[in-house]
Amino acid sequence: MSTAAETLEVGVDHIINNEDTSQYLTFILGGEEYGIDILRVQEIKGWDLVTTIPNTPEYIKGVINLRGTIVPIIDLREKFALGNKKYGPTTVVIVLKVESEGCDRIVGVVVDAVSDVYSIRGSDLKPAPDFGGTISTEFLRGLATVEDKMVILLNIDELLNVGVLNAIDTEVN
Amino acid sequence: MSIDLEQFHQTFFEESFEGLDEMEKELLDLDMGSADSESINTIFRAAHSIKGGSATFGFTDVAEFTHRMETLLDEMRDGRREVTQEAVNLLLSSVDCLRDLLGAQREHNEPDKENVITLQQQLDDMLKVGSTPPAESSHAAASETRKKEVEEIKETEWLIQFHPHPHMLRTGNEPLRMFNELALLGDLIVKADHSKLPAFCDIAFDECYLSWELTLKGSVKHEQITEIFEWVDDDCDLSIEPVSEVEQHSQKPVKGNGETEKVPQTENKPVEQKGKTERRKSSLSEASSIRVGIDKVDELVNLVGELVITQSMLSQTNEDDSGNQDKLRDGLAQLERNTRELQESVMRIRMLPISFAFNRFPRMVHDLTQKLGKKVELKMSGEQTELDKTVMEKIGDPLVHLVRNSLDHGIEIPEIRLKNGKPEIGVLHLNAYHQGGSIVIEISDDGAGLNAARISSKAKSQGLIDENEVLTKEKIHELIFNPGFSTAETLSDVSGRGVGMDVVKRNIKGLGGSIDVDSEEGKGSTFTIRLPLTLAILDGQLIRVGNETYIIPLISIEETFQVSYELINTIANGTELYRLRDEYIPIVRLHDIFNLQPEHTELTDGLLAVVESDGCKVGLFIDDLLGQQQVVIKGLETNFRRVDGVSGATILGDGTVSLILDVGGLIEFARKRQTKAVA
Repeated sequence: MSTAAETLEVGVDHIINNEDTSQYLTFILGGEEYGIDILRVQEIKGWDLVTTIPNTPEYIKGVINLRGTIVPIIDLREKFALGNKKYGPTTVVIVLKVESEGCDRIVGVVVDAVSDVYSIRGSDLKPAPDFGGTISTEFLRGLATVEDKMVILLNIDELLNVGVLNAIDTEVN
Repeated sequence: MSIDLEQFHQTFFEESFEGLDEMEKELLDLDMGSADSESINTIFRAAHSIKGGSATFGFTDVAEFTHRMETLLDEMRDGRREVTQEAVNLLLSSVDCLRDLLGAQREHNEPDKENVITLQQQLDDMLKVGSTPPAESSHAAASETRKKEVEEIKETEWLIQFHPHPHMLRTGNEPLRMFNELALLGDLIVKADHSKLPAFCDIAFDECYLSWELTLKGSVKHEQITEIFEWVDDDCDLSIEPVSEVEQHSQKPVKGNGETEKVPQTENKPVEQKGKTERRKSSLSEASSIRVGIDKVDELVNLVGELVITQSMLSQTNEDDSGNQDKLRDGLAQLERNTRELQESVMRIRMLPISFAFNRFPRMVHDLTQKLGKKVELKMSGEQTELDKTVMEKIGDPLVHLVRNSLDHGIEIPEIRLKNGKPEIGVLHLNAYHQGGSIVIEISDDGAGLNAARISSKAKSQGLIDENEVLTKEKIHELIFNPGFSTAETLSDVSGRGVGMDVVKRNIKGLGGSIDVDSEEGKGSTFTIRLPLTLAILDGQLIRVGNETYIIPLISIEETFQVSYELINTIANGTELYRLRDEYIPIVRLHDIFNLQPEHTELTDGLLAVVESDGCKVGLFIDDLLGQQQVVIKGLETNFRRVDGVSGATILGDGTVSLILDVGGLIEFARKRQTKAVA
C-alpha cells in the first residue's frame, strides 16, 4: 500500500516538475524542421488523390474522405512559399485536430516527411524574430534548439484558422 | 437505497411537455358552457401526472402551481364550476407558465417568478370566488356564493388502510410520493406497520413489507384520495373510510372551497429577481432526443436480421468457390435491396408527423384572433404527413410568420366580411401532403387576398420595377418576397416586426425548398411551401467536367441535351444564349467558373443541362452525364468553409469525395462574374 502511494506521489511530482514540457512532432518542409504539438496530431497517412475544390488558392489541395468525414488538405510548403516539390514516397499527410471558434476541425497538412518527436520545455522556447518572411510570427509558437538544430514550432490553431481558412476569401477575390 | 433521480428527469420533462401540449389542445377545443367531461378529464389527468412527477423529483414550485390548476379543473369536472372563457384563458396562461417553470428546471435557471405569482394569485382568486355560474360571477354575488360554498364543504377525517402487495415497488410506485400528495390535501398522520418485516438478512430490497394506516384530516373528497391511489389499485389492499364529519366553518371560517390556502404562499416569493431576458438567451436547445414508435424499431430489427442472413449467404457463396456467379449476383441484389430498405428505415426514425409543427397554431390563432377582434376557424389536414426532424425545426418560424400574416393582413374583421358577403368566420387552412420526393405545406385563407395595385405602386415607389412596367399577376405577387417590402398600411404588434417575407423565403430556400403565392383579391391567398423530405440525402445526377465528377441535385435539372449549333446566340458582352423552344437561356460553362480543364470547349461537343433555381434558368455546359444515385450529404463547413456554388460534398462508391453543386449559388456566382467582366 505504502509503496503505491509513494509511486503516486513521485508521479505527481514528476508531472508538476515537467508542467511546461510538451511533446512536439516535427516534420521537414524544404529542408527546415517544423514542430507541432503532438496532442493535435490525429494520424499520419500517405499522400493520396484529393478532390479539388474550385476557386480556392493553390495550397488548398482539396478534400479527402477520411472514414466518412470530409477533410480539407493543405500543402504547407506551398502556403509558406517554399517552392514546389514533386510529391515523393516520403510525402505524408498529417491529420490534425484544430480548435476553431470553440469547435474542433479536422484538417490535413501535406509535408515533405515526418522527422522526430521531441520533448521541449516551454522555458526553452525563444521568440521568433519578427523579420518578415512568408510566415507571420503570430503563427509561430517559438524557436527551439534540439541537438544543435533549430526547430520552428508552429501555432497550428492560429495558422490553420486565421492563416489558411479565413485567408481564402481575401486571396480568391 | 437512494436512486439518482436525475436520470429520469429527461423522460419526465418530455412527458410533461407532451402533457402540456395536450392540455393546451384540449383547452382550445373546449366548448364554453357545456364542456365535454371527457376533455376535462384528459386535461385533469395531464395536470395530475405533472403534479405527481414534479413532486417526486422535488420541483415543488411546479407541483404547487399545478395543484391550483388541478383544483380548478376538478371543480369543472364535477360540474361545480362553469367552463368560462375567462377560466379557460387563465388555464391557458397557466399552461404557458408551467412550460416556463419546467423549462427553467430543465435548464437550471430562474423562471419568471413575477408571472408565476401573478398567475397563482389569479388562480387563487378564481378558486375563492367559487363555482359560480358566469351570470352570477359579479362581485356582489361573489361573497354570497362564497358563504354558500363554505357551508357545503365539510371537513372530514378519513382513515385509510393501505396494504401494498409485496411486489408493488417493482411496478415503480413509491408510497412516499403518494403520501406527499395526500399531505397536500390536508393534515396527514402516517402510521407504518412493520410487523411483516423479515429478518434483516432475508430482506429483498425490491419487496414491500410495510403497510400503513393513514389518517387524513381536511376538506377532502373520497375521489381525491382514490385518485392518488389509482395507479396502485391492483397492487394493494385499500380501504378508505370517513371517521367523522365536522362542520367546516365552525373551525376555519374562510377557506374557499378547497385546500388552496394550505400551500404557503410566502415561500413562493422570489428570493431574487433575475432579468428574464438573460434567462431566455439560454443556449440549451430543445431536447435532442426523439421518441420513436416501436413499429419503426421493429422494422429496423427485422431488416438487420435480413441483412445478417444475406451476409451469411454471401460468405457461403464465397466459400463454395465453384464460380457460381448466379448465386453471387442474387446475393448482391439482395444486399442492395436490404441496404436501401435499411437506409429508408433509418431515415424514417428521424421523421415526425408535421402535427409537431402544426400544434402550436390552434393556440396562436386563439390568442391572436382575440387580440385582433377577428373570428377565424383553423382547419388542419395532413397532420400525419411525416417530415425530417431537422426540417421540422427550421420550418416552424416561417410557418408562424405566414400564419400571423394571414390572420393580420389576410382575414378581415367580421363586419367587413359580412359587408363583402362573406361568412363572418374566416377560415385558415393548413394542409400538408407528400408529392414526389418532397413535402408540400399550404397555408391558405379566405381573406382579402393580395392587392395587386397597391403592391405594384409600392414597388414602383421603391424603385423595384419601372414606372411603366406591366407585370403579370404572378410577377406582382412575387414582389412581396423582396426585402423590406410591406404593404401593410399600419404596423400592428402582430406583424411588422421587421421580419418580412424575404426572411421567410430565405429560410425556406436554406432548406432547399421553395415558396409560391397564389392570391385572388377579395377571395384569399394560398402560400405553398415545397420542401425536401430530408436534409441528409438527395437524389443526385453525377456529371463530369474534365477529370472531376460533380453532383447536381436531380430536382434542379429540367432537361439535358446535345447542343445544336444553330441555336447558339451571343450578345454583345459575350454572354452566350441558347434558344430552347421559345425562350433564350444563358449558357454557363461550368469549367469556366470553376477554373477547370475541360475535355470539350466547343459547345456542340458537350452537353447542356438546363438547371433551374428560384425561377431562374441557365444551361450548364458540361462534358458528360454519368449515373444517377442517392447521395448522403456531408457539409464542407464542418472542417473547411463554405464554397461558392457548392452546397456540400458526398462520398462516392469508390471512396472518393464528390462535390454537390448548389444551383442557385452557381447562377448567382456566374451572374456576378459576368457583371464584373463587363465592368
